[in-house]
Amino acid sequence: MSKKAFPWHIVVFLAPAVIIYTLFMIYPLLDSLRLSLYTVPEQGGAEVFIGLGNYQRLFTDPFWQPQITRALANTFEFFVFHMLVQNPLALLLATLLASRFVAGRAIYRTLIFTPSVLSVVLIGFIWQLILSPVFGRALFAQIGIRLPPLLGQVETALPVVSLISVWQWVGVPMMLFLAALISIPDELIEAARVDGATALDVFWRVKLPLIMPTVGIVAVLTFVGNFNAFDLVYTTQGALGAPDYSTDLLGTLFYRTFFGFQLQLPNQTMGTAVAGVMFLIILAGVLIYLFTIQRRLVANTVEM
Amino acid sequence: MNRAPLSAVFQLAAAHLALLIYTALALFPVGLIVMNSFKERNAIFRTPFDFPTAETFSTAGFETVFGRGNFPNYFANSIMVTVGALLLIFIAGTMAAYALSEYRFPGNTLLGLYLSIGIMVPIRLGTVSILRLIVNLDLNDTLWALILVYTASGLPLAVFVLSQFMRQVPRDLKDAARVDGASEYRIYWMTIPLIRPAIGTVMVFNMIPIWNDLWFPLILAPGEASKTVTLGAQQFLGQFANDYNAVLASLTLAAIPVIILYILFSRQLIRGLTSGAVK
Repeated sequence: MSKKAFPWHIVVFLAPAVIIYTLFMIYPLLDSLRLSLYTVPEQGGAEVFIGLGNYQRLFTDPFWQPQITRALANTFEFFVFHMLVQNPLALLLATLLASRFVAGRAIYRTLIFTPSVLSVVLIGFIWQLILSPVFGRALFAQIGIRLPPLLGQVETALPVVSLISVWQWVGVPMMLFLAALISIPDELIEAARVDGATALDVFWRVKLPLIMPTVGIVAVLTFVGNFNAFDLVYTTQGALGAPDYSTDLLGTLFYRTFFGFQLQLPNQTMGTAVAGVMFLIILAGVLIYLFTIQRRLVANTVEM
Repeated sequence: MNRAPLSAVFQLAAAHLALLIYTALALFPVGLIVMNSFKERNAIFRTPFDFPTAETFSTAGFETVFGRGNFPNYFANSIMVTVGALLLIFIAGTMAAYALSEYRFPGNTLLGLYLSIGIMVPIRLGTVSILRLIVNLDLNDTLWALILVYTASGLPLAVFVLSQFMRQVPRDLKDAARVDGASEYRIYWMTIPLIRPAIGTVMVFNMIPIWNDLWFPLILAPGEASKTVTLGAQQFLGQFANDYNAVLASLTLAAIPVIILYILFSRQLIRGLTSGAVK
């Protein structure tokens, strides 16, 4: 065995992953950011560099400005629903499932997680059907409820779509919270109980502080996941975020912009600018997480 | 302290009640769809909450779906894309994880960091450039386009998780093999069975989002020949929105394979979610 020979085997081991990952993930992400600084002249031809022109147009042009601000606001509302409904509900379910005294925990856990493994398309159609004016009305009439067209009204469409998404995904943070809760040593809880703490005290004073790292991870995953949501709105409300753009998210706006939809012509460079805005928002969220929440909690985190 | 105090019994009952209610809420919509897909049209509307009976049983919806849709083809495409991407993630992921965990070489840490950027950044943001790249490579409307994109997006987490497990494989074992003259490739292949549970978890974890994805099939491979079942169901449902039998049947057909896979692999999936979480 010659010791000084170039370690070709390391190159062989790394090459497939590095090549596929670089070519189909890193290069497109960087190229997309580059493209967002270019535009195609109206008479056609090659793309020309315009600096931040696309971004400026996105936030000042009378055609784009209302769309991007509405999509930003809707996406934010969509995210807030997940933070305020999905994550507390997940924590509640996980707390119940973490109790050693509850029999059949594994069965509950598996069943509650089921919607998260089904495709968003399926979930979207199922709920669209259940809430539809034809089948849904017949369905709810059986239990004596007159069903308003929840997905068709401007005021209710976005909250209802958000809640469908919450319903589908609650299992994921539930599992994460459950893993964190199970890893809390029993002695800590026993000690608190011996000192006379109630179950509620134990939750607020012992369990919650100890699972804070997971709360942070769940928050950042919720943020990243929801700021590029697309499938559910596209399936139930269409690419225009019906009714009247009330459910239009950054994801649907991005799709319409670069792919074109009905009368709107595809505009790839404007599309990359929308993606650039999404990228900056996600990056900001991840950085805030890394430099504030995670740094403060680093003592409790296992590794990172 | 054998007898639990009364309040504890109440707490336990309340916990079960809450969990039962939520479990019912989680399962009822899916159950309702599957149940009604086997009923004739009038019964769907008149008695939506009843199980199909001898009089109301009908498979008209399934006949429409198989008659008009191209579902067997879509299923085959989804299977090929999912299996293809998982195979590539397995090969490239275990190899890279092995190199990162086994050898000290300049840039090891940096390369590990580079490969984990993709854990946090959604690949969808690069879609415009991916579309251009795929068109330039003449891969649009092919299953390869999807396989390569899903491999690229699945690799970061796979390499991250697998290299942590590879590090736990005892050194002595590998050194003993080296003394016996085994090549590095042989030693790599020898470690694979030792981390089988971790590989299973990574595979199941990647399988579901690939099978369920709508975005990339819609953009990169919308052609009839390369359509996946998720995209096929989405378009079929859009077209036959008023044929409730067909809609319910196609929803059931699209859900059942995933539910079967979930029943088979839920252990790995849940383990992946709970161990990968506290990374």
